[in-house]
Amino acid sequence: MNHRSDTDPAPVLALKDISKSFGAVRALRDVSLELFPGEVHALAGENGAGKSTLIKALAGVHRPDAGQLLLDGEPTVFHGPADARDAGIAVIYQEPTLFPDLSITENIFMGRQPRRSLGRIDHRAAHTATLALMQRLGVELDPDRPARGLSIADQQIVEIAKALSFDARVLIMDEPTAALTGSEVARLFGVVRALRDQGAAVLFISHRLEEIFQICRRVTTLRDGALISSEPLDGMTEDDLVRRMVGRDLDELYPKQDVRAGEVALSVRRLTREGVFTDISFDVRRGEIVGLAGLVGAGRTEVARAVFGIDRRDAGEVEVDGRTLANGAPSLAMAAGLALVPEDRRAQGLVMGMSIERNIGLTGLRTTVKGGLVDRDAERSRSLDWAVKLQVKYARIADAVSTLSGGNQQKVVLAKWLATGPKVLIVDEPTRGIDVGTKAEVHRLLSELAADGVAVLMISSDLPEILGMADRVLVMHEGRITAEIPRSEATEEAVMAAATGRAAA
Amino acid sequence: MADSPLARAIRWDTVVGALLLVLLLMSFGFVDGFGNALNLSFLIGNTLPIALIALPMTLLVVAGEIDLSVASTAGLSGSVMGALWNQGMAIETIIPLCLLLGVVCGLVNGLLVTRLGLPSLAVTIGTLAAYRGIAQIVLGSDAVTDFPTQYQDFAAGSIGDTFLPRAFLPFLVLLVIAAVVLHATPFGRSLFAVGANEEAARFAGIRVKRQKLLLFVATGFMASLTGIFWALHYASARYDNATGLELSVVAAVLLGGIDFDGGKGTLGGAIAGVFLLGAAQNVMSLLNVSAQSQIVVTGVLLVVSVLGPRVARQISVARAGRPAASTPTS
Repeated sequence: MNHRSDTDPAPVLALKDISKSFGAVRALRDVSLELFPGEVHALAGENGAGKSTLIKALAGVHRPDAGQLLLDGEPTVFHGPADARDAGIAVIYQEPTLFPDLSITENIFMGRQPRRSLGRIDHRAAHTATLALMQRLGVELDPDRPARGLSIADQQIVEIAKALSFDARVLIMDEPTAALTGSEVARLFGVVRALRDQGAAVLFISHRLEEIFQICRRVTTLRDGALISSEPLDGMTEDDLVRRMVGRDLDELYPKQDVRAGEVALSVRRLTREGVFTDISFDVRRGEIVGLAGLVGAGRTEVARAVFGIDRRDAGEVEVDGRTLANGAPSLAMAAGLALVPEDRRAQGLVMGMSIERNIGLTGLRTTVKGGLVDRDAERSRSLDWAVKLQVKYARIADAVSTLSGGNQQKVVLAKWLATGPKVLIVDEPTRGIDVGTKAEVHRLLSELAADGVAVLMISSDLPEILGMADRVLVMHEGRITAEIPRSEATEEAVMAAATGRAAA
Repeated sequence: MADSPLARAIRWDTVVGALLLVLLLMSFGFVDGFGNALNLSFLIGNTLPIALIALPMTLLVVAGEIDLSVASTAGLSGSVMGALWNQGMAIETIIPLCLLLGVVCGLVNGLLVTRLGLPSLAVTIGTLAAYRGIAQIVLGSDAVTDFPTQYQDFAAGSIGDTFLPRAFLPFLVLLVIAAVVLHATPFGRSLFAVGANEEAARFAGIRVKRQKLLLFVATGFMASLTGIFWALHYASARYDNATGLELSVVAAVLLGGIDFDGGKGTLGGAIAGVFLLGAAQNVMSLLNVSAQSQIVVTGVLLVVSVLGPRVARQISVARAGRPAASTPTS
C-alpha cells in the first residue's frame, strides 16, 4: 500500500459515543475514537480508566451497550473476535500466546495452512510466506524454529506477522513494551513505523509516557471510563498528559529523599548459582535505595530469589544485620528481617482467589498467633492497617484480591511485605504495568521506607525509575555485576553500556 | 449483594449440610426401618471408616494433593494385625506397630511426592496397588476373626442404650482436632494458600514440602487406624478389607465442597458430604435398591459434587453483579 498523506480524512475505524457497563460499573461512557491509516495513535489513562474495555470493544470481545462502531465509515457490529479479525483488526497483547512446540511458520498459519492437493499442508509455501512477512517487518527470524525459547519481543513480532498475514489494517498494541528491554523497544518501534508507512492504523497503549511521545502523533485520554481529550501530541508536555490522565497535577514521579546511609543491613558475598549467576557481591546499607539494573535475563531476579532462599545457592553467603542466612529457607530469611516483593504479582505475590485480608495476613500467620491459633482480630487489624496506609482502593477487605485493579493488587503485595516490618526490602519490578499515579505513590513509599532506615534493593527494567530512585546502581550482564555507579554519575548511557557488556568509559 | 445472608448461604458446604438434613428428615418420616436404633447404629458404624479417612484427606485435598492408597493402607494394616495376632503377639503391641506401619506408608507417599516432585495422583495409584499386594503376601487368603472380645465390642458396640457406636466419641474428638487445625491454626490456614497458589505460598515463607509431607504421614496414620477399626468392627481381618474405600472418601470429600484443584472448602462441608453419602447408601439399601444401582448413584453424586460448587460460585458471582471473567481493568 502507498504511503498516505497525513491529511487523509477518512478514519479506517471509529467509535462513536460508545458505552459499556458491567453490572453497576460503567466501564465506558460515551467514548469516541478515530483511527486513521498511516498514523500511530496513543490511548492513555490510568489503570481502570477503561482502556482494556475499549480495546475489547474494538476487538469484538465486548459488545457495546450503546454507540456505533464505524468501519470505513460504515456502521458495523462485531459479533465476536472473528468478525473483528476478518475486518482487518488485530490485537497484540503484552504477553503473546504462541504454541511453544510449533514452529514460527506453524504458529502464524495455525488452522489455515496453505494446502496442496489431497489437503496436504504446503510447507514450502507457508515457509516462503513467513519469510516475506519477516522481510516486510525488517526482522530476521528463522521461520522453522520452534516458538519455545523465543524472547517476549520475538514472540510479539510473530504475533504481528500473524496479524499481517490476515491483512490487518488496524493494529492494536496493548502495552507491548512492558516486558521489553531498550533495544527490543527500539526494534519494535522500527516495525511499527514500517507498518505505519505501509498505511496501517496503529493504536498504541503504554504506561511509559516517553514512548508515547516518541512514536505517536495523536493521543486519546480516558479517565474513569470517560473521554477526556483526543488531540495531537505536538506541543504537549509529559506533565500535560499526566494531568489529563490523573485529573490533577501529579507531585513528582520520583520523590527521592536524600538519606544518609547507615550501617550495612544486607551483605551478599560471592553468591553463585551455577549457570545462572556468578560471584555476586554487594552491600545495601540502612537508608539506601540500591538499584539493580540490567537486561531481561541478566540474572537479576535469580539473584533476588537466591538471596531470599526461594532457590538454593551453590556458593557464597548472605547476611542480614550480621546474621548469616541459611541456604534455601525463605521462612528464616523473613525471620531475619528480609522481605521480597516478587516480580510476578499474579503468580508469586498473591493468591488471587483469596481475600485482601488473608493475602496480607499470609506473611503474618506466625506472628498473629494467640495460644497456637490464628488471632483473627489481630490479623484483620494488621491487614486493615496496611491496606489503609498504602491507600489500597477496595470495597471490602474480605473481597477477593482478584477484584482489584493491577495497581491496587501491587499495593496489596507491598502491604503484605511491609506488614512484616522488614529491615531489608527487595522489590522486583515494583511498578511494572501499573499506572503513573500509583507509580508515583509506590516511589514515595520506597523513599519514605529508606528514610525510616530500611535498606531497599530495587530491581527494575525501567531505566528512568532506576535513575530517579536509586542512590547507587548495580548493573548486571550475563550473570555478573559489571558496574557499580553512584547516583551522581548514573546516566542512561552509562547503565546501558554496562548492561550490554560494553565496558563503561 | 454478596454478603446478604441468602447469598452467603449459597456456599456449597451449607447446601450439602441442608441436603443432609432434608434427607434425614425425609428418611425418618417416610422410609420404613430407617429410624430404629439398630439401623442408625449400622449407618454410623458403616460410615465411620469413610469419615475417619476423610479428616486428613480434606486437609490433603485443600493443599492440592490427594492420596488414593488409603484403602490399601487400611487393608495392609488390618492384614498385618491379623498375621501378628496369629503369631500370638499381644494386641496391645500389635496396634501401635500397625499405626507405625501406617505412618511409614504415608511417609513413602509423601517422600515420593515432595522429594521427587511426582504428582500425588500417580504416586498413590502406584502405592494403592503395592500396599494391597503386600497385604495379600502377608495374610494370603486367610481371615482372622478371633480378636479379643473387649476390642471387638469397642469397635462394634454402642454407648449404653443409645444407637451411637462407642467409636463415635473418639471420632468426634478427632473431628474437632482436624477442624481446629485446618481453620484456626497457622498451619491449616496456610494450606489454603498452598493449594490455591503454591508458588505464592513459597514466596510467603510457607514451608510447602514439609507441610505436604506431614499431611501424607497423617493420612497414612488415619488410614491405618481405620484399618484396625475395620478389622475389629467387622471381626474380620482379610487382605481385601476396605477395598474401594478410597473412592467413597474422595467422592464424599468432593461432595462436601472441597475443590479438587485445592485451596477451597471447609471440614464441616466435607463431613456433611461423608454422612450425606452414607445416609443415601443406607436409605437405598432399605428401599431394596440393587447394589449396582447404588454404585451408579454414587457416581452421579461424584460428578454433581465436582459441578455443584462451581455452579454455586457462579450464582454468587452473578448476584454480586460482577462477571468474573470480564472485570474491567486496564
